[in-house]
Amino acid sequence: MTTALLEVSGLACRRGGRRVFDGLSFTVAGGELLALTGRNGSGKTTLLRALALLVPPVAGMIRWQGQDVRADRENWCTRLAWLGHLDGLKGDLTAAENIAIAQRLRGQPADLDLIDSALSAFDLSALKDRAVRTLSAGQRRRVALARIAASRASLWLLDEPLNALDGPAQKALHEVLARHRAAGGLAIAATHAPLDGARTFELGI
Amino acid sequence: MGFAALFLRDLRLVWRRPGDVAVVLAFFVVATVLFPLGIGPESNLLARIAAGVLWAAALFASMLSLDRLFAADYEDGALDLLLLAPWPLELAALAKCAAHWGVTGLPLAVLAPLIGAAFGLDDRSLLVLALTLLVGTPALSLIGGLAAALTLGARRSGALLALLVLPLCVPTLIFGASAIEATATGEGFWVHLTILGALALVSLATLPWAIAAALRQAGE
Repeated sequence: MTTALLEVSGLACRRGGRRVFDGLSFTVAGGELLALTGRNGSGKTTLLRALALLVPPVAGMIRWQGQDVRADRENWCTRLAWLGHLDGLKGDLTAAENIAIAQRLRGQPADLDLIDSALSAFDLSALKDRAVRTLSAGQRRRVALARIAASRASLWLLDEPLNALDGPAQKALHEVLARHRAAGGLAIAATHAPLDGARTFELGI
Repeated sequence: MGFAALFLRDLRLVWRRPGDVAVVLAFFVVATVLFPLGIGPESNLLARIAAGVLWAAALFASMLSLDRLFAADYEDGALDLLLLAPWPLELAALAKCAAHWGVTGLPLAVLAPLIGAAFGLDDRSLLVLALTLLVGTPALSLIGGLAAALTLGARRSGALLALLVLPLCVPTLIFGASAIEATATGEGFWVHLTILGALALVSLATLPWAIAAALRQAGE
């Protein structure tokens, strides 16, 4: 019996005066992968942004191990890894530099071994010293995913992680997600494509 | 830790693309050199207007690179990483402004005395010019940072930014130019310089919070 680490209850968000969703409640336990599905505009991205406290919810509560995450935002941020629909990479820096800087921005020293293993998990070892702006969209997405894999965060929030990925890269993502979950990590992904072993949570319009 | 990482990241980005800074400095040189060419070789007149011209040109030049200050991070998604960093966003705002000052304000303060010499300023005035720019430009970077954060995502953000920044920079401009004028007329420049320092310190104490609030708004 695994206990729920993340509890969301009665969450409601509005954007531009319009209701996006109301009264969302779900829990995620350690080692679980939650796939958020739903039509375009059903609020998958808004829910992810609300979980990351980027969008203030109008009602509801987000709890991590029973504690309200808004009470200690910085502690919550150290547990999160964020992949938005934008990659968050600097085009003039190399793939390895981007990941190292993301680690430092999270207040941790750059861990070169971890970066190397994350890059090789996404088959990027040969590209690690290339400036990101010279990479293709799919390669950039893989670098962004390697950044998540090297983040040491327990909760991964992924917005359309499979976007632009080819077959082998999708397989690599599934393997990385499986390793993260085996280590007790959680992941919540907004996605249209099926993810291995995911519990689906559908958002209605 | 995070502050230093962000500051060094921005410096490294400039280092990879030195053209962005070179354009700012080239603009400063070209804009100021136009005045002697337009007015003619009247060295008395030139020396009198030098302070105002150099300060105004420095203001325009430092504004040139401002519209990319947060817009680049906003467009490539790196702003989300700053919003989600487990340390205060106010420090991130300060790090960005500090890096902006390091690659514009600081080189302008070094470059301005060379141009001032062409305007016929005496040695003491040149020293004061560099000093006032050194003390005054941090305020310009911070005020500009606020305008850059407020105009994130806006259309015509460049023009809007200028409209926001220029009025707010008037006190800095007045005391920066008057310090040099006071030196030329033999008065002390310390009063002007300390007021300039006070303006920079007030900006430092307040604007990072305002910038952080504007960035959070943009991130929603």
